[in-house]
Amino acid sequence: MISIVSTLRIALRALWVNKMRSSLTMLGIIIGVSAVITMLAVGTGVSRKISAQISSIGSNLIMVVPGSSTQGGVRMGGGSQSTLTIGDAEAIMRECSAVATVAPIHRGAAQVIYGNQNWSTGVEGTTPGILEVKDCGLTAGRNMTDQDVRSAMKVCLLGQTVVDNLFGSINPIGQIIRIKKIPFTVIGVLESKGQSLVGQDQDDIIYVPITTAQKRIFGTTIPGMVRTIMVKARSAEDLPVAERQVTDLLRQRHRIGPDKEDDFTVRNLTQMLQMAEDTTKTMTLLLGAIASISLLVGGIGIMNIMLVSVTERTREIGIRMAVGAKTWDIRVQFIIEALTLALIGGTIGIISGIAASIILSAVLGWPTFVSPLSVLLSFGFSGMVGIFFGFYPAYKASLLSPIDALRFE
Amino acid sequence: MTQIETHKLAKLYDVGDEGVHALEDVSVKIEQGEFVAIMGPSGSGKSTFMNIIGCLDQPTAGEYLLEGQQIAGLSRDELAEIRNRKVGFVFQGFNLLSRTTALENVELPLLYNHVPPKERKKKSLSALKMLGLEGREHHHPNQLSGGQQQRVAIARALVNEAPILMADEPTGNLDSKTSIEIMELLAQLNRDSGTTIILVTHEADIATFSKRIIRFVDGHVMSDEEVKRS
Repeated sequence: MISIVSTLRIALRALWVNKMRSSLTMLGIIIGVSAVITMLAVGTGVSRKISAQISSIGSNLIMVVPGSSTQGGVRMGGGSQSTLTIGDAEAIMRECSAVATVAPIHRGAAQVIYGNQNWSTGVEGTTPGILEVKDCGLTAGRNMTDQDVRSAMKVCLLGQTVVDNLFGSINPIGQIIRIKKIPFTVIGVLESKGQSLVGQDQDDIIYVPITTAQKRIFGTTIPGMVRTIMVKARSAEDLPVAERQVTDLLRQRHRIGPDKEDDFTVRNLTQMLQMAEDTTKTMTLLLGAIASISLLVGGIGIMNIMLVSVTERTREIGIRMAVGAKTWDIRVQFIIEALTLALIGGTIGIISGIAASIILSAVLGWPTFVSPLSVLLSFGFSGMVGIFFGFYPAYKASLLSPIDALRFE
Repeated sequence: MTQIETHKLAKLYDVGDEGVHALEDVSVKIEQGEFVAIMGPSGSGKSTFMNIIGCLDQPTAGEYLLEGQQIAGLSRDELAEIRNRKVGFVFQGFNLLSRTTALENVELPLLYNHVPPKERKKKSLSALKMLGLEGREHHHPNQLSGGQQQRVAIARALVNEAPILMADEPTGNLDSKTSIEIMELLAQLNRDSGTTIILVTHEADIATFSKRIIRFVDGHVMSDEEVKRS
């Protein structure tokens, strides 16, 4: 076989001679590769965003809410019963081995005032465990303490949005704000977590000790009643164990017989979000698969052109054979030609695919992410397309009889 | 030394139900340094004979020895190698690669003989010079006259120092003046470097440049005689 450099020169010349045809053939590969890159970038971008949101909610979470109540045959929906209490939360923390932290939540909305500013926001009465449950840190100040909860202290932690709206550039730590006209001391500012999956601002929140929320701000129909208990398992593997332990414990505490239904609902949040993530992964694969079809069509375009080229250049093949070209010399010549088409097309496709991803995220604001793997894959794939679709025409050319090839008109 | 020796060579083409004998029972010996013209009407098998002894085609029966080597039964690649090293071809239609310079056309046999680029260029330039094509090295075939194109083809046939040159109607596309020039060139080559020349033609005056004429009719050798110089 003759050297690759010589073969490459022959191939490049042949492609250069038919500039128009070569560039149109390449266009197929360019569109295919850039479609693959862009689609994967969009898919990967979305699933990365969802992953980030999942971790912003907190990991390994279980949510326990009261069951539905029935009033005269009218079912009131989940959480309408008042069956969960702070006592339940404390018991879960104490007795369930697979549980790392517990945070009962008593939630409401309230108008808050600082100086001449006011803001309406969600106020959640909870316990110090909330920060660990939500995987949330503080940018300033301190967390509430168990002492704060026991004594129903009028202290609060503010989300970033609340800080921005009430304080502007003033340092909020130590300031007094009024929640439903009751003065609270700001003791800490929460780390920003951005939007949730459904677009809710997770920074528009105030945490106060749960006892304070129940007794002073919102009041409760039953003393110690809570709307939600957030439970964090020790690890992802412990999640199902924790779920079972919590269910068993609550059934026992609520004295529910073996044949009766639960008066509460246990939801595995992480599992739900995991499903959302899996869905986007499937979507990414689907987009990639659809884009791959255009790459395949581009490959068939190459084969088509190479077959035409073989027929057109039958005489050239005959001349080369007459002066001593061997089977593989001819094959390699045509394969290199196809490969060159595919790889040049692939490179241009990668560049335009990356450009398209950047434009998509700049103009439409879609989250896109071009992974190095997708670039590598599509480059490798276009190379394979070149070899695969170049081989048949090359094989056909190499089998010509030198006599017939020379006589071809 | 006997360079080409065939023994009861036959070539059968399948056409419909019955085969057609393009060659039958051809036994010929050609010594090194001979200048042989192969004549005959079209369809007489003269081109088929040349293709077989030029290793472009395989016989269906009989033996062919080239410099003592049995050719029948060799693979495609082995035949390609023999064509590359031992035989140079000159065709009626020149058969140069278009859109490729004269120099690169001449370099082709060296390319497939794995000669390094520098030596390739050196040898090709000197072959072109020998044929009086200095200054035309970078012309494409369509920028050259018929005679010049045929000279490029001859340079290509000679560049690999092949001992045999086969010319299939080399003057068929040339005017009579250029034809004589080309034939004198071949005769000189035969005289000076001892290259065996096998010429296929149907023109009697072209054949007179040779020293021996083999006539084919219907796939058989009809006559084989020396050319008498007057």
